[in-house]
Amino acid sequence: MNAPTVLSADDASTLTTTRFTVPGMKCAGCIGKIERELPKVSGIAAARANFSAKRVAIQHDPSLGEDALTAALLSLGFEAQPVAEADLLGPLAVEVEERKRLNRALGVAGFGMMNIMLLSVSVWSGADGATRELFHWLSALIALPVIAYAGRPFFASAWMALSHRRTNMDVPISIGVILATCLSLYETITGGSHAYFDSAVMLLFFLLAGRALDAEMRTRTRAGIGALLGRMGKSASVIAPDGTTRRIAAKDLEPGMLVLVAAGEAMAADGEVVEGISAIDNAMLTGESAPEPVAPGAVVHAGAINLSAPIRVTLTRVAEDTAIAEIARLMDEAGQSRSHYVRIADRASRLYAPVVHSLAALAFAGWMIAGAGWHQSLTIAIAVLIITCPCAMGLAVPAAQVVAAGALLRRGLLVKDGSALERLAECDVALLDKTGTLTLGAPRADVSALDSEARAVALGLAQASRHPLSRGLAAALLREGVTPATITGIAEVSGQGLTGTWQGLAVGLERPEDAGEALATLLRIGAAVQTIPFADPLRADAAATLTALGREGLSASILSGDRAAPVAAVADKLGLEAQAEASPQAKLAALEALKAQGRRPLMVGDGLNDGPALAAAHASIAPGTASDASQQAADAVFIGEGLMPVALAVRVARKTMRIVRENFAFSIAYNLLAVPLALTGLATPLVAAIAMSVSSLVVVANSLRLARAAQ
Amino acid sequence: MTGLAFLIPIALGMGLLGLAAFFWSMKDGQYDDMDGAAARILIEDEDEPA
Repeated sequence: MNAPTVLSADDASTLTTTRFTVPGMKCAGCIGKIERELPKVSGIAAARANFSAKRVAIQHDPSLGEDALTAALLSLGFEAQPVAEADLLGPLAVEVEERKRLNRALGVAGFGMMNIMLLSVSVWSGADGATRELFHWLSALIALPVIAYAGRPFFASAWMALSHRRTNMDVPISIGVILATCLSLYETITGGSHAYFDSAVMLLFFLLAGRALDAEMRTRTRAGIGALLGRMGKSASVIAPDGTTRRIAAKDLEPGMLVLVAAGEAMAADGEVVEGISAIDNAMLTGESAPEPVAPGAVVHAGAINLSAPIRVTLTRVAEDTAIAEIARLMDEAGQSRSHYVRIADRASRLYAPVVHSLAALAFAGWMIAGAGWHQSLTIAIAVLIITCPCAMGLAVPAAQVVAAGALLRRGLLVKDGSALERLAECDVALLDKTGTLTLGAPRADVSALDSEARAVALGLAQASRHPLSRGLAAALLREGVTPATITGIAEVSGQGLTGTWQGLAVGLERPEDAGEALATLLRIGAAVQTIPFADPLRADAAATLTALGREGLSASILSGDRAAPVAAVADKLGLEAQAEASPQAKLAALEALKAQGRRPLMVGDGLNDGPALAAAHASIAPGTASDASQQAADAVFIGEGLMPVALAVRVARKTMRIVRENFAFSIAYNLLAVPLALTGLATPLVAAIAMSVSSLVVVANSLRLARAAQ
Repeated sequence: MTGLAFLIPIALGMGLLGLAAFFWSMKDGQYDDMDGAAARILIEDEDEPA
């Protein structure tokens, strides 16, 4: 069903495959459209969409360039960006590979557990003599390769920690598993009555399940986020002194070069306009959606998109020196501090491991003193280790976090990993960007003053243009259910507006004379002229969200790069403190200052200028409309028009941590009950197996309570 | 007791078969696009006359 077109071997050898990120792929129809329509373009042999990763792999003729393929996707209505080969080998690919390894290990452990259990149940129900010995040998035969394979992730991590003179959760696990295996092997060889192969393998199985859940949560949400800084221009048309132009790749550009930037092209470097009047879309850098007019002398940055007319720009800073590259570097550095964060599971194991190990040592010493002989003392000490092995603890954190992340996902919030939930729960102060975060970030036309005729004409005109205001107007009218009027002879004059003819009348959408602070457009029908104002409204639930954050004990304030007046207006409306005109560095400094005071700031922002702040904050959330870089830096991404997922995230994260602590408390309480059994030498393999599975099941069941947490 | 000589290898063999099937399905990429697989069922096939 819908399999990609099968190619013969000769065909395949001459074709190349290019991968594209297609964030707009949202439904089954999109998959069908891409896979059915793309191969109809000459030169494209097959297309295969990966819906989860929002990627499309296109097999095509090598003569077809990336631009042509991007254009083909755009003609189907999908914006696409080629995925660089480096990304396919980068950290994301490593993570995918790690997840696959965990899944394979989980499969092997599951196989081993089922078969060994089968044999163990017979031993528990009374098999003895030669049968028991045979079953122990068979168990050993299955368990040894299974433990060697499935235990590798734990052994490797434990060894890594020990060689750095640290300890983590994997150290007690590895010691427990290895000792249990050695003891069981000894018992098997000497014909003893107790073998713990089933416990060792079951422990690995439950722990791997926890790890696999954790890894699944990490990769699921990250896959959808596109390449960092993908929108930056990749090349530029350089004008030589003799007037000829040639394309030069972004990395080979030099300061002082004169480049021609066509309408619709993205800047590949920073520069100064020397000729031409146009408007640029700086959304990538500032998050501001309104087009910014530029004239000779204006400074433009890499990543800005030239909207209306061609301009000539003298380059000032290129490649690594551009404002974008600088922000990327700041983000990189700010993100470093996060890697020092210690997950709750590892913090717990730092307390837990020494207690367990000294308990086992004490048991050994105690029984030796009591005169039990070294064999029995050692058996009891190892039984203590097995029964206290943090099986339920390994599940305590990931089970709760995965269920919580799933609940949040249904409410429109993607949490990137478990540590993000842990950090979100600890936040005690919130900083919010204005444009695109507290507000919707896209100019909304106020069409209430227009009659139905004017609406139809306005839509007919607006549909014909890709200017952000036209698109905003068209979107607003379409939401009202307006049918466009048929307009003939539409012409777009850059920086001036649209003109056309409707039923013999000259109609147009024009730039208002006093193009000042407020965004607006003039609708002309014959001699009548009406103003259509635009506004960037606050998200409808902004105030409610701030109240909800306050209930969680988070005081909020605004940290915006926008001008002081609009920021103050919003701050007044919401009753917040505000800091305006903050540069990316200033935002970063504000966060560092808070952290220095011992606060744990939550940053919510969307623009690339928020990137370093998002990376530096204790936890951060970005809206789905944010720049790629910001989504990458944030711990969580929310979609939709509401701001409420932000407050919800904090509430659910705290609830999750409460459940995690309950899970810990439960597994510790369970161990407290089981340890006396082990200390007195009563922990048979049957007791160990029951203890382990019941405690794991209870922990998972307790975590499932979070499924309704986001309601 | 002679039954064990048959039953144990059969049980192990079936377990291994399941494990092999799991490995194959992973290698085949059946878990690469879980959401896509759910969505693909909704795509209408175009019945082209053969």
